[in-house]
Amino acid sequence: MLLFIALPILSVLLQSVHTPHDAVLIEIENCGPFGCTTSTTMDQEATRALRDEQPLGKFVGLDIYFDRGHLAVREVVQVWAESEGIGDFLASLNNLPFYRAMGFTLTFTFTVTPLMLIFGFMIALGVNSLHRKLKGFLIFFSLLPMIVSPLIGSLVLFWMIDSRGIIGSALQWIFSDPDLSLKASTGLTWVMLIVYGVWHAAPFSFIVLYAGLQTLPQDTLESAQIDGASRWQQVRYVVIPHLMPLITFIALIQLMDNFRVFEPIVGFNSAAHATSLSWFIFNDLSGETRLLSSAATSSVLTIIGVSILLAPVLVRTWRDFNAKG
Amino acid sequence: MFLKRVILAGAATLMSGAAILVSEPAAACEIDGRVSIIGNEFPAIHAVADGAKACSGGEVKANLTADHQKINVAGMTGNPAEYTTAIIANSSIVALMNEDVIRPLDDLVAKHGRSLKPNQLIRINDEVMAVAFMANAQHLVYRSDILEEAGIEPPETYEEMLAGAKVIRDKGLLQYPLGGAYKAGWNLAQEFNNMYIGHGGEFFKPGTAEVSINNEAGIATLEMLKALSEYMNPDFLTHDSNETSAEWKAGNVAMMNMWGSRMEPLKDPEQSSPEVVATTTLGAPMTVAGGSVPATTLWWDGWTVSKNISDADAEATFLAMMNGISPERLDDEMALLAVWLIEGYEPTPAATGVFAAANMDAVPYPMLPYQGLLHTALGNELVDFMQGKEDAAAALADVEAAYTAAAREKGFLN
Repeated sequence: MLLFIALPILSVLLQSVHTPHDAVLIEIENCGPFGCTTSTTMDQEATRALRDEQPLGKFVGLDIYFDRGHLAVREVVQVWAESEGIGDFLASLNNLPFYRAMGFTLTFTFTVTPLMLIFGFMIALGVNSLHRKLKGFLIFFSLLPMIVSPLIGSLVLFWMIDSRGIIGSALQWIFSDPDLSLKASTGLTWVMLIVYGVWHAAPFSFIVLYAGLQTLPQDTLESAQIDGASRWQQVRYVVIPHLMPLITFIALIQLMDNFRVFEPIVGFNSAAHATSLSWFIFNDLSGETRLLSSAATSSVLTIIGVSILLAPVLVRTWRDFNAKG
Repeated sequence: MFLKRVILAGAATLMSGAAILVSEPAAACEIDGRVSIIGNEFPAIHAVADGAKACSGGEVKANLTADHQKINVAGMTGNPAEYTTAIIANSSIVALMNEDVIRPLDDLVAKHGRSLKPNQLIRINDEVMAVAFMANAQHLVYRSDILEEAGIEPPETYEEMLAGAKVIRDKGLLQYPLGGAYKAGWNLAQEFNNMYIGHGGEFFKPGTAEVSINNEAGIATLEMLKALSEYMNPDFLTHDSNETSAEWKAGNVAMMNMWGSRMEPLKDPEQSSPEVVATTTLGAPMTVAGGSVPATTLWWDGWTVSKNISDADAEATFLAMMNGISPERLDDEMALLAVWLIEGYEPTPAATGVFAAANMDAVPYPMLPYQGLLHTALGNELVDFMQGKEDAAAALADVEAAYTAAAREKGFLN
């Protein structure tokens, strides 16, 4: 626990309150295949001296947390002062990267999590009522979306929904609109990502709930049938309460997973329409930019975000546990 | 007796001479050390890495991937470094310079690099930091048959390209006659850079890291990009050079601004339909808004040697990479892959666009320590404008704000 969880978090925290030293820049001459030009470069010796003095970098406290790339405190205050109403305020807020990413991430989390639970539960009920010989085959089949690696799964769909792909062309034909493009509209991109999220995650809730269904006490179900409960009433008053701890468990895992949504954004090339904190980290770490402090800050914010999301579920589980104890 | 000795000596000389002749290809590159290459993934780079791998005496590994920029700095930071050489371009050498992970090559060039031409040596502050082997630039490529059918001349300016696109669409030849690598992120930012340079814009206040793109040139640049995108496949914000090339090969595009290093596959009969192969024609880069500087940038690709490795490994790496770009390896097949800076290279038809760019005095992509930060900010913040959610001035203000936050974090601005 100490080595694999506490230490990395501590290191990320440390990184997020430090930035690289001020760069010492010098004017130099660059020569290459296209001639010589005067340019600027970093004075490595002077920079190294600074680094050796303070290897951690420059301490900046919470500056990075509050800058435009993250919580953007100054910008939010300014937007609040300038906006004419709550709608205008939200629209302007959407222009700041962190809040735009949160807008998508929270929408994604709170639509995908319940939908995947509902679908998973329906599939589990369906498969459970099948003949024994059909079950094995169908279980394997239903698990396929989870087996496919997320990046591959999203790439396959990405090509199908291309405006020249099979689904993209079919939609253009159905709506007889040759300009219709799923990838060019923010709303449709969100719908596509959510559909993909449900498709990918439903098998997980299906397999857990299906396992839960095998432990369903038959005598309780039979007494309900004798009492004249309809199929819906049996599900509502016997099956669901029995599966409740499992549903809590799945919701917990999925809230966490969906908050960190990343692969579909890369796979669908949808950074123009939807971003998430995880995507920020990926983007900050790319070659020419390498904003390590910014990436660390986004990681800390992700941890805080996940904790806030999970708090209600954790508190509830804790209470249940105590009540039973 | 004397005669016998002469004959024997002659025979020995002949034999050893024959032995040298026979064994020369294998012994041409003998190294004594470890070589590990990290670089981008396209045919020209593969050819160079294959040449390095032909060396014997030491282990030569290559990791060629489109994600090279995400791993090269990390892979060269340790001591000893995992990668002994990184193949980079004039934009990406900056990250390696900023982190101080590559070594000056002057002594190795003096010792083993006599065959290099002076313009292959990338001198930064009077030290050779990289050896360039190919040049690249974006330029016009068009379908001669479609332009002829529409009755238009190949465009020399972006204004003519727009007018031509309208004619092609109005005549019902193609719904989306233009192509372009406008994918959100690096590619879109690169198109902005091209067009901004074409408008005569300056990215920074002279001599400082303070950005200044929110001006008339910036706004005109964005308006032009937007106007062009109206004639592109509506998915243009997800199309990089690969997808744009695929659209071209499928015959869906009549004109586009594309990399010189991507030309050869467009004319490959195995990838394109016969009419695309027959009519794909290379042009020069276009100018914009009456300017004389073409709206494109010049690039070189080259290799560096790690700082954090032993001198023996550095020498082995230098020798192996020299073998990768040796003039003897430059056969007809390799010559087609790029515009080589190697001695003895004769321009092929695939190179005309890049040469035209150089002759028009196109500017090289700027090698400033903070240019990459601006590139990233452009790539992220311009998409709102391209989707019509924001006006040009607001988008440019966003770019400036995003850049300033990043530059402050990196210590370029206070």
